[in-house]
Amino acid sequence: MLCGLYANDVIDSHNLPTAVCVHQLHSSPGFTDSCYDGLYPGHIQTTPIQKALLAVGSGVAALQNPYRHDMVAVLGETTGHLALINLRDRMKNDPEGYTILTERPRIRLSTLDLSRMASLPDGSFGREYLRFLEDNHVTPDSRADVKFVDNEELAYVMQRYREVHDLLHTLLGMPTNMLGEVAVKWFEAAQTGLPMCALGAVLGPLRLNSSRLQSLFTSLGPWALQNGRRSRCILSIFYERRWEQNLEDLRQELNIEPPPVILSAANKRST
Amino acid sequence: MAASMRLLVRRVLRLSHRNINVAAAGGSGRSGCCSGSSSCRCFSDATGDRSTHFGFETVPETEKAKRVYKVFENVAQKYDVMNDAMSLGIHRVWKDMLLHAMHPQPGVRLLDVAGGTGDIAFRFLEYVQSQQERQKRRAARSTQTPSWQDISTNYSTEDKDGPQESKAVVCDINKEMLKVGKQKADSMGVSAGLSWVVGDAEELPFDDDQFDIYTIAFGIRNVTHIDQALQEALRVLKPGGRFMCLEFSKVTNPVLARLYDTYSFQMIPVLGEVIAGDWKSYQYLVESIRKFPDQEEFKGMIEDAGFYCVHYHNLTGGVVALHSGFKL
Repeated sequence: MLCGLYANDVIDSHNLPTAVCVHQLHSSPGFTDSCYDGLYPGHIQTTPIQKALLAVGSGVAALQNPYRHDMVAVLGETTGHLALINLRDRMKNDPEGYTILTERPRIRLSTLDLSRMASLPDGSFGREYLRFLEDNHVTPDSRADVKFVDNEELAYVMQRYREVHDLLHTLLGMPTNMLGEVAVKWFEAAQTGLPMCALGAVLGPLRLNSSRLQSLFTSLGPWALQNGRRSRCILSIFYERRWEQNLEDLRQELNIEPPPVILSAANKRST
Repeated sequence: MAASMRLLVRRVLRLSHRNINVAAAGGSGRSGCCSGSSSCRCFSDATGDRSTHFGFETVPETEKAKRVYKVFENVAQKYDVMNDAMSLGIHRVWKDMLLHAMHPQPGVRLLDVAGGTGDIAFRFLEYVQSQQERQKRRAARSTQTPSWQDISTNYSTEDKDGPQESKAVVCDINKEMLKVGKQKADSMGVSAGLSWVVGDAEELPFDDDQFDIYTIAFGIRNVTHIDQALQEALRVLKPGGRFMCLEFSKVTNPVLARLYDTYSFQMIPVLGEVIAGDWKSYQYLVESIRKFPDQEEFKGMIEDAGFYCVHYHNLTGGVVALHSGFKL
C-alpha cells in the first residue's frame, strides 16, 4: 500500500524503469554509485505532488540564498519538462545535435585535455575557454547531477545544458559576475525557454546597482535577447570537437554578434 | 560477570545460527539488492551474511551500520533545523514529555545513547538544575535563620552541589553528530556534568551497573540488532535503574494514519532536499519508521531483554511512543 504512494506515473512508454544493481564484493561507497533505482544514476522517482512541492520549495530557497546552486538546479528540473522536450526535438532535427544525443559527451575536467588546450593559439575557442576558467576561478566539475527528470534522454539534455553554460560565457564574452550572469540568463531564456532561466532573468536584475542596470537595459539586454532568439541551438554544437576553431568563426557560425560592451572579470568583486 | 557471560553465550549461539543459515540458503537468498524491481541482477557478497532492512531496501547486516553512519554524517549539520521543520517543532514537546516522565532528581547519572546533538542531555541538566534550585528554595524557607555552622558549610559545598552531582553522558556512534552536539554545548556555555563518548549501542564502552537512567531517543530504530542494544542497556543500568525509549511507532487511528503517511512520504523527502540538500537520507528516515516494530511488539522485546514493569505511552496519537522499563 505504501509503495503505491510514490509510484511514478510520468514515465515515457519507451523508457520502462528498470533497476540495475551491481553489488560490488567490497562495500559500496554511496547510494547511487554502484546500485541505482530509476532510469539513470542519480535519478530519484517523484510523484507530481512531490515535484510541485519541490518546485515551490526550491524556488523559495533559491530566492533566499542565490548561492544554493543545487536549488536552482532542482527548480530547473521540476519546471522544465516542456522546454526540455522542445530542446530535445530541436537537437534531433539538427545533424550535429543528433550526434550529441547518440554519443552523449560530457564536459568534465577528466575528459578535457588541458595541456593541449593551453597550447592552442590565442583567439581559438579552446584557449579562450581555458582563459575564462582561469580568470573567473571556475571549474566545469561544479555542475550538479540531474535528479528529478523522469526521462533518461531529457535528463541528458538538461545535463548538457548545465555543462554548456560555461562555454556560453566564453561565446558571449561574459564574466561570472552578477551582470555577466544575468546577461547569459537573458540569452538562455530566449534560447531555451526554460522557466528557471526566465525566472532568473526577471529576478537577477533586482540585485544590480543602477549603473549596471542601465548597461543591462540599454545595450547588453537587448543584445542578449536578440541573439538568443536568432542563434542556432547552442546545445546542438559538439564543442568538444571544436577547440581549435577560431572563436570569431564559431560566433559567426552560430549567428551570435560579439558583445557590445567588454566586461572584465575584475568586476567580479562588486555586483 | 554473569551478565557478560550471558552475552558471550548469546553471541556464540547467534554465530552458530548464522552458519546454519548460510549453509541452508546456498546461492539464492544471500545478500540483498534494491527491492521493488523485476529485472534485478545481483552478485552476492562473498561472506554470505544475513540480510536486514535499510528502509525498504534489503541489505547485508554488515552494510546497514555503514549506511546508517553515512546518513547521519550527511545530515548532522542540518539535523536540528530539519527536526523542527519536519515535526513543526513538536519534537521539542515529545522530548520535554520524556523528561517529565523521567522526573530526574539531583545526583542521578544519565546515559543518553544515540544522543548525537545532545537534546536529551541538555534538557536533563536543565531539569535537574531547576529541581536543585527548588530544593534550595524549600530549604531556605524552612531555615530562615541559619547558624554560622550552616552558613560556612553552604559556602564550602556550593560548587560541589552544582551540576557535577548529576552527570549526563552522551554516547553516539557517529562522530559528526557528537561534534555538532559539542558545538551546541559550547555556544550555550554548558560544560559541567556533561561528557561526550563515541560508542556503539550494541557494545557500550561502559562497565556494568553504572547508570541510573538510560535513554535512547529516536535512535533505536537505526540499530542493526535491537535485542543486543536492549541487553547492553540492561547491563549498564544499576539495579533499580530505568530504561526509557522515545521512538516513532504505529498510529492507531486510521484517518490520522493516512494523513501521516501522505505527509511522511510526500513532504519529508522534499523538505530534506530543499533544506539539507539530501533527499535519500530523509527517504530512509520515513521508511525506517515503517520497518520498526509496533508498540506491543517492542514492549515484548524489552521484556525479553529482562526488564520489568514495561509500559508504553502513545504521544501524538501513536506517532511517537514512550517505552519504559526497570532493571530489578
